[in-house]
Amino acid sequence: MRDDEEDVEGSGLSRRDFLKVGGISLTVPLVIGHRVVKAAGADVKVFGPNKVPIELTINGKKMSASVEPRVTLLEAMRHELDLTGAKRVCDRATCGACTVIVDGKAVYSCTVLAIEAQGRAITTVEGLMTGDKLHPVQQAFVDNDAQQCGFCTPGFVVASKAFLDKNPHPTPEEVKRGLGGNLCRCGTYMGVRAAVQQAAGAQKGGRRNG
Amino acid sequence: MRAFEYANPATKEQAVGLLSNSWGETEVLAGGTDLISLMKDEVIAPKRLVNIKGITELHGIATNIKTGLRIGATATIQDLLDNAIVHRTFPALWDAAEGITSPQIRNMGTVGGDLCQRPRCWYYRGGYGLFAKTEKGDPLVPGGDNRYHAILGNSGPAYFVNPSSLAPALIAYGATFRVFGSSGKRDIPAEKFFLTPKSEGEREYDLKSNEILTEIIVPMAAGARGVTYEVRQKEALDWPLAAASVVVNLAAGKVRSARIVLGHVAPVPWRSQDAEAALVGHAIDEKTAQAAAEAAVKDASPLSRNGYKVQLARVAVKRAILAAAKGGVR
Amino acid sequence: MADYKWPDAEKRTLIGKRISRLDGPAKASGKAKYCYDYNRQGLLYGKILRSPHAHAKIKSIDTSAAEKMPGVKAVKVIQGPGTEIFWAGDEIVGIAAVDEPTAEDAMRAIKIEYEVLPHHVIDNDPKSTPQDLLKPSGDQTTGEPDKAFGDADVVVEGQYGQPVITHCCLESHGATSEWTDDKSLLVHVSTQNVSGIANQMAGVVKVPAANIHVQQDHIGGGFGSKFSIDRWGNESALLSKMADGKPVKIFLERSSELMVAGARPSSYAKVKIGAKKDGELTAWESESWGTGGIGGGGAPPIPYVFNIPNQKRKNTSIANHIGPSRAWRAPNHPQACLITMSALDDLAAALKMDPLEFYFKNMELTGPRANVYRDEFKIGAELIGWKQHWHQRGDQTEGPIKRGLGLSLHTWGGLGHASDCDLTINPDGSVELKMGTQDLGTGTRTTLAIVVADSLGIPMDAVKISIGDNKYPVSGGSGGSTTIGGVSASSRRASVDALDQLFAKAAPALNAQPGDLESVGGAIRVKSDPGKSLTWAQACGKLGGLPLTVRGKNPGPGNLISQGVGGIQMADVSVDIETGIVKMNRMVAVQDCGLIIDLKTAESQVYGALIMGICSALYEEKIMDQNTGKMLNPNMEFYKLAGIGDIGELMVHMMTGKGYDERGPIGLGEPPTVSPGAAISNAVANAVGVRVPYLPLTPDKVLAALEKKGGANHAGI
Ligand SMILES: Cc1cc2nc3c(=O)[nH]c(=O)nc-3n(C[C@H](O)[C@H](O)[C@H](O)COP(=O)(O)OP(=O)(O)OC[C@H]3O[C@@H](n4cnc5c(N)ncnc54)[C@H](O)[C@@H]3O)c2cc1C
Ligand code: FES
Ligand code: FES
Repeated sequence: MRDDEEDVEGSGLSRRDFLKVGGISLTVPLVIGHRVVKAAGADVKVFGPNKVPIELTINGKKMSASVEPRVTLLEAMRHELDLTGAKRVCDRATCGACTVIVDGKAVYSCTVLAIEAQGRAITTVEGLMTGDKLHPVQQAFVDNDAQQCGFCTPGFVVASKAFLDKNPHPTPEEVKRGLGGNLCRCGTYMGVRAAVQQAAGAQKGGRRNG
Repeated sequence: MRAFEYANPATKEQAVGLLSNSWGETEVLAGGTDLISLMKDEVIAPKRLVNIKGITELHGIATNIKTGLRIGATATIQDLLDNAIVHRTFPALWDAAEGITSPQIRNMGTVGGDLCQRPRCWYYRGGYGLFAKTEKGDPLVPGGDNRYHAILGNSGPAYFVNPSSLAPALIAYGATFRVFGSSGKRDIPAEKFFLTPKSEGEREYDLKSNEILTEIIVPMAAGARGVTYEVRQKEALDWPLAAASVVVNLAAGKVRSARIVLGHVAPVPWRSQDAEAALVGHAIDEKTAQAAAEAAVKDASPLSRNGYKVQLARVAVKRAILAAAKGGVR
Repeated sequence: MADYKWPDAEKRTLIGKRISRLDGPAKASGKAKYCYDYNRQGLLYGKILRSPHAHAKIKSIDTSAAEKMPGVKAVKVIQGPGTEIFWAGDEIVGIAAVDEPTAEDAMRAIKIEYEVLPHHVIDNDPKSTPQDLLKPSGDQTTGEPDKAFGDADVVVEGQYGQPVITHCCLESHGATSEWTDDKSLLVHVSTQNVSGIANQMAGVVKVPAANIHVQQDHIGGGFGSKFSIDRWGNESALLSKMADGKPVKIFLERSSELMVAGARPSSYAKVKIGAKKDGELTAWESESWGTGGIGGGGAPPIPYVFNIPNQKRKNTSIANHIGPSRAWRAPNHPQACLITMSALDDLAAALKMDPLEFYFKNMELTGPRANVYRDEFKIGAELIGWKQHWHQRGDQTEGPIKRGLGLSLHTWGGLGHASDCDLTINPDGSVELKMGTQDLGTGTRTTLAIVVADSLGIPMDAVKISIGDNKYPVSGGSGGSTTIGGVSASSRRASVDALDQLFAKAAPALNAQPGDLESVGGAIRVKSDPGKSLTWAQACGKLGGLPLTVRGKNPGPGNLISQGVGGIQMADVSVDIETGIVKMNRMVAVQDCGLIIDLKTAESQVYGALIMGICSALYEEKIMDQNTGKMLNPNMEFYKLAGIGDIGELMVHMMTGKGYDERGPIGLGEPPTVSPGAAISNAVANAVGVRVPYLPLTPDKVLAALEKKGGANHAGI
């Protein structure tokens, strides 16, 4: 926020109002939308701090919600879109339970803002099934009992899928490194290792470790 | 997390225009892997985030035989790992990136973010300030649990360690950091970029609140052998306890020049010219590597609980040197 | 008289096979709804403001600003002015708001003044602990310890222990409560105790327990920490009441989860142990201490399993200002096991004896399971290659990487708890089992389906298992490895009884006596003339218009279940003596648990236990800061857990067949969690030639032990 900044259009929230919003005395009515400020001679949109409409593309479907910029992708999915497959566990990019795939890459959705995930292709654990049929990775998790309480499982499944997409024929060593971004408290790692190997086999045309 | 505004500028000029001229008001958002956590823990509470990932000129990694490697600030750690030139010519940098073992962090975390990430000191993260002081102003680290804190450059008030794994490697390769602000660009030698703050308002690096790191330029390192060796307890989702990036040039079996930079042991990446001097002019063997390792930690002054890190730093330097002699080129 | 006995091995169609868990597809697809996942209509988000001080008195609380904030629906003081607070993170004020950001903003608007009192949050030494926080036990003596030590040929002294660790359930503790009318409460709570919660809440929320409906389909980990509704669970109901009955969801943030929602007491001991030259154990003396928060610590049962004839023991419980302790898989056993097996191992080393030989020498001291342990050790030794790989203390090979082997043994009861069920056979042939139990990821659902289907002679998918609801027949809390025995005994009995009644209805149609019938492969047939048969559905059609429901009960130990298991574990580690870093190579577990219902999920339990044990042996510690009174690592970054690459290779062997099966199912959640710390610590001692006294075996401790031994870490560097 700069003192010399011009408020071109939009809510007309002044700097002073915003400071209030940022603080605890939320007295200004919630305003939906953005405003435009001049930066380096160009008009730049500034969103929030109140709720703004966002549109996310999740599992091929466009979904909209209205959230403050401080809402993470994970929270938007879980609280606004009832997509609860991704879990909130550490909420600090240190456990992997919230893993989703964004533009082909596994990321921690607890640490991505919903507003910045717009326009990206987001795949969640809910998007991996084809109709009633489990994805080979999911099936492999079931077959190899790569789950106990199952709370880490969606994150592991998604991380495994992203890993195999990039590395379809992994060695056991590569599996250990490639899934290092996920933690399980019940201790299902042996099952996960076997599941990833089985899924890799399945992707090679159904042969196990072929 | 406290409420903030969000902007997604298309150019670095706009980004700088959106940033405040004092710290605390605005922050740059890159991969967010550090920033979002800092905000959730309310260690910082900016009123505006300026996302720089939409700025195309900050993307990507390019090589030029003359000017060297150019790493855009928003190139990700995974981009470094996927880059064949980095792998072949800058192995110490590649090793350092490889040490950041979570694929998700690698996909999200940017090189610029890795260099500008904030200390992981648990007192700082717990709300006691960068210098970890009680309300009365008493420092918490020296008499507290300092098992992960600095063993070098730790005369205070800063006791934390610089968390970046990439920084030591980039310093070892003699990189230059390019910074952009309202008065244009500045080039800063990597080594000079990192600072030990003396007052709470200062940062751990040479950036103003309305400047951004735009790119990193690494001169070509033809013939150099580089290795980063990290001492880590866990394979994944963990931090090195000590690390060393070593880049050496050999001529006729002897070390012609060397750069030895330690990570995770001091408030800044710690270049040890003593260790370098101990190596130059000698062939690398157990003895010379050992001598350089001793030189690297000879000024170490461990705190109450982190004496073991002196040993780990020593081992990291020695092993990195020996590995560089054996390989360090691909 | 019905024959409830478990079928003989050759008659089992499903029991003991490797069967994938029934809820696997729901979990792997993300469809499984945990209590944390329910977004009930009109949901409000609850938050708890917690004490920043470890010990303080509340002077004043001002919630007025928070109450005025738009979107805030309820603010409730949980502990008011004048209350003394005994740990950082204790609950002070609850809030419910339309969304999380609003609830967080409201928390910041609350002003609380405290009178800060002196705190003590560490447990390293009773001597430096304020006197009023110490609760020493008297000396406990068996036999003639002083004389026995005098007569011993070898006496070894050592110090062993492990800090407080936390459960760190991935689904944090929490509940969503809503008033469906002004007298009826619906609670979705993450719990190990579905049948028990309503009665815990009734007095607090002031409605009869009968009006409280508790539901839970899946739970994301408990490990002993989720038996109670907890203050936040009650608060979700009370806040909901204040907010017109709208559902209020309170699930703990990770930091609170690690600070207040579960901790295992620490335990440390100075031990003196004596033996004869030939290895015969004769004397034990220990002075132990530990903490589990303001309530003090438990007294670990030392010496563990080995009933050494002459003992002198003293335990001091330290009360301190950390979050309270809760049951943790096999309460007190891992601590006792670590202390005992480390001391035994040090003694064996002093005798220059192979610990395996030493254990065999003293095996009779382990009591009734001596033979089980012998059998298990033989299998374990084979699996890990004990003979080939074991060496005297201190790996003598060149280079900084030293490899070592260690072992341990353990026991647990695991008797099934009271567990009622209703089994219904419908005239259309469909079958449903209802039980107020819960599946912690142990596979309870799956084992129930196996027992019922095997008993009724029908396929598993013909059986519907309904659990996780307190409107179903009462079943005990899932803790102490009591679930499998309880639920399998009652469901077996219900199945047998139901089948008998079905036979009675179907017999006339087959011109046979009910006692002559059997149900096999989906058909009811005459044993002596299998050609004479009805399909399952045809037979059920004979029930008439009404379903048949049979109540099953666990009658207690008898034909179906029993208690008491033994297990052994062996660890193979590599230690870098220049860095002190310990890496797991391999670990072997050989475990007895009576009759196994599902081999696949049973093995998973043991793998999981090993991994959890590796976490605590190498990484876990609730790190408390004496200056600030706070936990320094209430996050998953510095509260470290092993990842998929940190566990080495694991091998599990389940004891089955004669001598095991006939004992019936015995719980498995606890026993294999007991030994890992001891086995790993022993392996490290074997590798580096010196005991690292305390877990976790972090580089600082390993290097310190090496340095004490004589600067081994400086050999070459
Ligand atoms: C569990 C875990 C383990 C980790 N282990 C390691 C490790 O071993 N080694 C290691 O090096 N890192 C490690 N990291 C840190 C990780 O690499 C960093 O968080 C990441 O690189 C930061 O990049 P980012 O793009 O996400 O930065 P952000 O979080 O977006 O930003 C971090 C900081 O840098 C500032 N910033 C970012 N880009 C710029 C720019 N271009 N100009 C000016 N300021 C900028 C931001 O304002 C912010 O203050 C670990 C992280 C976690 C969570
Ligand atoms: S919840 Fe996102 S990484 Fe743990
Ligand atoms: S299965 Fe429970 S956390 Fe992984």
